[in-house]
Amino acid sequence: MMRFLLLFSRQGKLRLQKWFTPIPEREKKKIIRDMTTMVLARQPRSCNFLHWKDLKIIYKRYASLYFCLAIENQENELLALEVIHRYVELLDKYFGNVCELDIIFNFEKAYFILDEFLLGGEIQETSKQVVNRCIESSDMLQETMEEYMSKPAF
Amino acid sequence: MPTVSKGDGMRGLAVFISDIRNCKSKEAEIKRINKELANIRSKFKGDKALDGYSKKKYVCKLLFIFLLGHDIDFGHMEAVNLLSSNKYTEKQIGYLFISVLVNSNSDLIRLINNGIKNDLASRNPTFMNLALHCIANVGSREMAEAFAFEIPSILVAGDTMDSVKQSAALCLLRLNRTSPDLVPMGEWTARVVHLLNDQHLGVVTAATSLITTLAQKSPDDFKTSISLAVARLSRIVTSASIDLQDYTYYFVAAPWLSVKLLRLLQCYPPPEDAALRSRLTECLETILNKAQEPPKSKKVQHSNAKNAVLFEAISLIIHHDSEPTLLVRACNQLGQFLQHRETNLRYLALESMCTLASSEFSHEAVKTHIDTVINALKTERDVSVRQRAVDLLYAMCDRSNAKQIVAEMLSYLETADYSIREEIVLKVAILAEKYAVDYTWYVDTILNLIRVAGDYVSEEVWYRVIQIVINRDDVQGYAAKTVFEALQAPACHENLVKVGGYILGEFGNLIAGDSRSSPLVQFNLLHSKFHLCSVPTRALLLSAYIKFINLFPEVKATIQDVLRSDSQLRNADVELQQRAVEYLKLSCIASTDILATVLEEMPPFPERESSILAKLKKKKGPGKLPDIDDNRRNVNGSSEHSENTDTTSKASAHPFTDILNLNSTPSTGPNLLVDVFSDSSTSASVDVSEDNFSRFVCKNNGVIYENQLLQIGLKSEYRQNLGRIYVFYGNKTSTQFLSFSSFVTTSDILKSQLNVHAKTVDPVIEGGAQVQQILNIECVSDFIDAPVLNIQFRYGGTLQNIAVKLPVMLNKFFQPTEMTSQDFFQRWKQLGAPQQEVQKIFKAQHPMDTDVTKAKILGFGVALLDGVDPNPANFVGAGVIHTKSTQVGCLLRLEPNAQAQMYRLTLRTSRESVSQRLCELLGEQF
Repeated sequence: MMRFLLLFSRQGKLRLQKWFTPIPEREKKKIIRDMTTMVLARQPRSCNFLHWKDLKIIYKRYASLYFCLAIENQENELLALEVIHRYVELLDKYFGNVCELDIIFNFEKAYFILDEFLLGGEIQETSKQVVNRCIESSDMLQETMEEYMSKPAF
Repeated sequence: MPTVSKGDGMRGLAVFISDIRNCKSKEAEIKRINKELANIRSKFKGDKALDGYSKKKYVCKLLFIFLLGHDIDFGHMEAVNLLSSNKYTEKQIGYLFISVLVNSNSDLIRLINNGIKNDLASRNPTFMNLALHCIANVGSREMAEAFAFEIPSILVAGDTMDSVKQSAALCLLRLNRTSPDLVPMGEWTARVVHLLNDQHLGVVTAATSLITTLAQKSPDDFKTSISLAVARLSRIVTSASIDLQDYTYYFVAAPWLSVKLLRLLQCYPPPEDAALRSRLTECLETILNKAQEPPKSKKVQHSNAKNAVLFEAISLIIHHDSEPTLLVRACNQLGQFLQHRETNLRYLALESMCTLASSEFSHEAVKTHIDTVINALKTERDVSVRQRAVDLLYAMCDRSNAKQIVAEMLSYLETADYSIREEIVLKVAILAEKYAVDYTWYVDTILNLIRVAGDYVSEEVWYRVIQIVINRDDVQGYAAKTVFEALQAPACHENLVKVGGYILGEFGNLIAGDSRSSPLVQFNLLHSKFHLCSVPTRALLLSAYIKFINLFPEVKATIQDVLRSDSQLRNADVELQQRAVEYLKLSCIASTDILATVLEEMPPFPERESSILAKLKKKKGPGKLPDIDDNRRNVNGSSEHSENTDTTSKASAHPFTDILNLNSTPSTGPNLLVDVFSDSSTSASVDVSEDNFSRFVCKNNGVIYENQLLQIGLKSEYRQNLGRIYVFYGNKTSTQFLSFSSFVTTSDILKSQLNVHAKTVDPVIEGGAQVQQILNIECVSDFIDAPVLNIQFRYGGTLQNIAVKLPVMLNKFFQPTEMTSQDFFQRWKQLGAPQQEVQKIFKAQHPMDTDVTKAKILGFGVALLDGVDPNPANFVGAGVIHTKSTQVGCLLRLEPNAQAQMYRLTLRTSRESVSQRLCELLGEQF
């Protein structure tokens, strides 16, 4: 089972956090701090795996963003790397050449896509087409841009 | 600010995010956020009812603020309102807010559940999915109570959409993990298994995750999944990659599903059905073969996915631990990876090999890679890879390569990363002790450890060397000489001064004959270090001085002068002052005889577990079961500390001890309370698990029992008629086990033959933690039955009862006996009476492999005699069974017939019952 997924920038700014088990807020903050310091300190060309407490940490950097996935000890490290990659592909497909800013400004979308892909710490759907179709069709359900844009900002 | 590419634009939200990003300082950011919070609060409190869009926008802003790391204490109600919106995006934001924030405000749970209920009933798959995602994300007990009955029916209903089935399966999985008691098994379970046959691979993948978790908890209910999983796996591995369309990932057919299926199969032993078994073996062989094929793509995703499946297949092979050919192939494959240019693969190969090293079939094959592993230790740039190399060296170490491995670890220690030094020190100390043939080597190794990494040598390590020296008189003179020489170095570590002080104080007399190490020289050498040392070391040195006064009357005056000096008698430290005063008085008043009695050499320490091992276990964190040849299925999967289970470890049971090990206070008799309860509440109701019993006939360590909650590992040592079993209870859950108790029951007959004394064990086991229980065993006379270990605890309110047949068999009390061919045949003749011989002819259950057979006979406890039998293909062994009342000599002969795939086993002992029992035990092993 996967325990959590964190996305953070090279400066250690957290961009997305997904927890698959209930963890107190204070503990979350500590974990986030541990992960950013640990992963950012890694030398280039090191392996992508770390042991941390009783978990395995799998991380990979895409452009300016680090993806950091914690899995339980009996899980498969290489496949976890591909979980990260598949998520990046999904974001890419949705945003069209995704960049950090897309995730900052459309954070809720990043969460929605993740929910279609992973659920309860397990993989839900591995097909890129199926996940994208899901997201697209939910977008279709949405009201048109114009309707919203006509509303006052705040 | 980028333009929003798709979907709805919440301009206000984008502006706000932009503002936050433009803040120059933390203060500015907080100011901006507080302004926004005030704004939202006033909107929510305002008289004017907000429309759905505004509500959504503000809730989304609150979520953003929360995710930035600020506390949010309002807005929950508005989020819950969004759930009942008809507009998808509003509903979606409402659910997201609840998923992220709900555990901090659960009094709204009834309203939330109501919203979920409506969406589940809506028959709109998109809404149903949102609701299911929310349940899976929150997973609280209240939700389990509300929906645990409903979700299974959604999952197995014929008309449910595929995507909803997937969500429902994982949702159920989540609830089962958090509140297993609320998810009852029912007629749906049988139908869930058949989802493995579903057309839609996404459904199969999700269902496999669910089934695996359920099967771990109640394997018997899901046995039918084995054949379905094998069939599915077989279809995937033999399919052309395009067949699976979008489930092919970079030319690898359904890697996620393959890995899930292989994991599911790891919940079970190898299939009993021969056809099924061979089909699975074919699958595994195909996967191993594919690793040798040229890659279909240069992309790393291709090789990662392909190797992910390969590693999982290897895990299954190790888990089954029954096909020597596959194990050796797996080992060779990992050997290739050890030199791969991908760092990730080298890392994983080292990690995987650790578990292989603990299988009796592949231990030798792993050992052939020793040079590569040592090279990795020296050349890898990445510390985590080097760490795995250290772990593997530790796992592959046995008597044959201990000197080399210890030497390499010692030299690595000089440049090792600070973060892992202490662990390496512990490992070196353990290996040096465990595999010491001559103890001069052991003493040298520990002194080297102190020299190279003194700061990382914990107390346990130097305590231990002293215990060993005290208990072994053949090494005392050498130890005294060696520490004396080591102390001559101009700068030596304080730990060395401690060891030196203690050892010279006890055994300095053994080297005092040499004028270069005369009593006065010894004393001056020690005292030259005195002023550089900390208070505890000085205290130890003072004790060494008073011991000197007893050993060497000629330096009495010198030492008394030192004790009398102001720096001692008036030392500011109370302990030092007291020692100086008392020792001085003692040396003045007491007669030589009294001095000699008071300051007599320390008596040998009673036998106890190495405190170093305990320390390493503690260091590696709770839940790790060290010293057990476990596999990736165990609590945390890690087995880097597995010892091999070869027979040499049994032969090296240590007569040493540990007075300084505080945690093993002698226990006083059996715990009466527990025993009283045991008779009434156990065996009657609980089935005794003996699944792994026969696997322990030829080995002493391993996992004896495992279910979803608990893993029980054993490590046993036997000497003559005494045995000690360390039982490790690993809590696999994240919740405490309460009222934990475990005790041993024996049948009435067995009671008079075998004494088993279990120490009490802590009644609470924290989530993820592991506790140890020690069982002391005494064999009174030969026996057939086995004692039963009964375990009781409370988990999440329900009382769990487990009973496990303990692998204490007669052959454990063997001492191997070496003898010449002539002696052997003479005794063979003496034991010629018909009732003394038992013979069994049987068909081979496993492939007939000479090395494996040898390992098993050694594991059985007898010495393997070479060159006795005229036919070199036969195996001959000899040993003595030690019981309290008597000793029974035993000769055995095993004759394989490769053509017929048969064995003939002959045992001769002086006692009929012993011959019978040994023949039964050994006859099942080949």
